[in-house]
Amino acid sequence: MNGAQYLIKFFENKGVEYIFGYPGGKVIFLYDVLGKSTLKHVLARHEQGAVHAADGYARVTGKPGVCFATSGPGATNLVTGIANAYLDSVPLIAITGQVGLADIGRDSFQEADIMGITMPITKHSYMVKDIELLPAVLEEAWNVATTGRPGPVLVDIPSDIFSGTVDFSATTHNITTRKGPRKNGLEEQISKVLEAIKMAKKPLLMLGGGIIASRAWEQLEEFVKYTGMPVVTTLMGKGAIPDKNTNVLGMVGMHGIPAANLALNSCDLLLAIGVRFSDRVTGKPENFLFDTTIVHVDIDPAELCKNVNTEIPVVCDAGRFLTAIMTGFKKEKQTFQLDEWLSQINEFEKKYPLLYDKEKTLKPQYVIEETARIAGEKAVVVTDVGQHQMFVAQFFPLGGIRNFVTSGGLGTMGFGLPAAIGAAFGRPKENILLFSGDGSIQMNIQELATIAQNNLPIKIFVLNNSCLGMVRQWQELFFKEHYAQTIFTYNPDFIRLAEAYGITALRISEPEEAKGIIVQALNTEGPVLIECIVDQSENVFPIIPPGGGPHEMLGRWQGETHISRIG
Amino acid sequence: MRHTLAVLVENQPGVLSHVAGLFSRRGYNIDSLVVGETEDPGISRITLVVEGDEKVIEQVSKQLNKQVEVIKVNDITNEKIVERQLLLLKVAADTAIRMEIMQIVEIFRCRIVDIGKRSLIVEATGDEEKIEAIIRSLRPFGIQELVRTGKVAMVRGTK
Ligand SMILES: Cc1ncc(C[n+]2csc(CCOP(=O)(O)OP(=O)(O)O)c2C)c(N)n1
Repeated sequence: MNGAQYLIKFFENKGVEYIFGYPGGKVIFLYDVLGKSTLKHVLARHEQGAVHAADGYARVTGKPGVCFATSGPGATNLVTGIANAYLDSVPLIAITGQVGLADIGRDSFQEADIMGITMPITKHSYMVKDIELLPAVLEEAWNVATTGRPGPVLVDIPSDIFSGTVDFSATTHNITTRKGPRKNGLEEQISKVLEAIKMAKKPLLMLGGGIIASRAWEQLEEFVKYTGMPVVTTLMGKGAIPDKNTNVLGMVGMHGIPAANLALNSCDLLLAIGVRFSDRVTGKPENFLFDTTIVHVDIDPAELCKNVNTEIPVVCDAGRFLTAIMTGFKKEKQTFQLDEWLSQINEFEKKYPLLYDKEKTLKPQYVIEETARIAGEKAVVVTDVGQHQMFVAQFFPLGGIRNFVTSGGLGTMGFGLPAAIGAAFGRPKENILLFSGDGSIQMNIQELATIAQNNLPIKIFVLNNSCLGMVRQWQELFFKEHYAQTIFTYNPDFIRLAEAYGITALRISEPEEAKGIIVQALNTEGPVLIECIVDQSENVFPIIPPGGGPHEMLGRWQGETHISRIG
Repeated sequence: MRHTLAVLVENQPGVLSHVAGLFSRRGYNIDSLVVGETEDPGISRITLVVEGDEKVIEQVSKQLNKQVEVIKVNDITNEKIVERQLLLLKVAADTAIRMEIMQIVEIFRCRIVDIGKRSLIVEATGDEEKIEAIIRSLRPFGIQELVRTGKVAMVRGTK
């Protein structure tokens, strides 16, 4: 058996269905074998497209995404996608071809030290220098990517390892198993948490992507039902619990829902699970909730006390933690009296609803709200990066499991289109909606070919405001309206562009047209691109200016005509 | 405050750059770093001296612990340890002052390992304090070249 055959067999045995990739000289041997196997290969049009597609696939299925690329430029084209998966803790295995063993280190044709390049943006990067080690490295790579806090792993394989043969039954497959989270002290921490919850008058549950990685939906639902605690999420936590659940206040952070941010600012106990207290949530970490008791639960000990100091750090998987807490509550028949707190929150919601002006021009929020109404909460929603991303987080209520795909940590423009491809392969029976901007979509526009080739039923909403909206907004608010390089004075005709790829294209220009065209798009089989000509001057509110606390939101509040600080 | 960390790692190519990269990426400062094989050739030991408060050191240890090749991280700052650095120092030494230098070398119990026409090379091992003291004493004669290792350390056995 040769190395390529072993690698393909390995992924088959792991139950991998799709490989997202792009061929080249140093993986030609691998592709020769791949073409004769049961694995299905999705040919992207750029390696960045392949890696984001693998990432999107992983997010909607919970299974690791796998992508292949050739050496040198193929491998370096993966870099953004790997960093993206790293910051959002997405399990991903990237296989790159490398120049032959004898050519390494000589600046050979298409040689790049991809292991060195990716070391800081992976859980681990490997280079296989001995074919005998291939089984152990692959097994370990799989294990590292999928256990504990998930993340990307890269395995760089010189071309002669693919073509070399060895009796793999005689090689070692043993791997060092990774250290799980420490269990000592857990019980003590759990009882401290139970005590803190009991004492709290204004407890708040904050959920991050860790809940989803831990598949803790059921435990979470039970916990929220039992305690009646109000819930906020981070961007990555959106979708962990259905938005229609009356306990859910929505997303917190720089563009969070006002009531959610105010609740965050007013709580006396913050129970934060699977979050990493990013600066988009905390503002200046030193000022973040300094008189609130913070419980921080995460499977990765390095997250605890990294960005904010917490009174009760707990190293634990989210699901196991919630189960342990529920056991404690039930044993003590704990009851909760949160009426006063909930009515305070109710006041926040009444006084500071999320508003935008629906009249006159077509607003991006309106397109999103209407689409949500028509498509329903079970749609799989993918976003790109910018204002439209925040509008989706604010205005698209979600209710399915693993049905929100967005680039949270890295904020990668160009993620959306290829990620939607991965989502479409991962969830073939479901409605896949992509919301992108005229800036973001052009960063991986070539993937329209992949969509067309596979006839993927993705509904692509391009919210075209003829500008890089999010940056334009900052220039308006913080740089005296000096719009440096953010207004597109030239854009392609997106309708004809889609049609050139053989994709149905529709356009919405006026609010009155929206409903009809959205219905038409959703009822059309296969891919559809819907260009929405939206108001260029629309901004995302509220906004917490950089470094501000959760209560320092700027916005247009009820009954007011201009932007002001809350309160 | 300066902390001494003893880090056991798998003896594999790339480990050192990985660990060093982690420090630069996360903005931690390394005062010194020494790496070498241990009694088990599959395992190397990195002795790191890091500047930082408790919070920084905790983060450093946790981040190190997350690395695949890292087997164990021990903060031995507050342990009873034996620590050593190695110093090689070339000092200007005309015949007239050779005796004087040799006396200093004697006092510090270090050695002269090379004698040139106009210079001597002094070799010394010891803890940081001793090494600093030797350098201070020889500086007036004119140090031509100086090289020293970072520190290696070992926790003392129980009595
Ligand atoms: C790859 C990349 N380059 C630059 C940025 C900085 N950036 C953040 S949002 C944004 C504008 C996005 O424009 P568009 O996709 O049209 O969306 P809009 O904000 O207009 O909704 C830019 C340039 C980024 N996030 N990613």
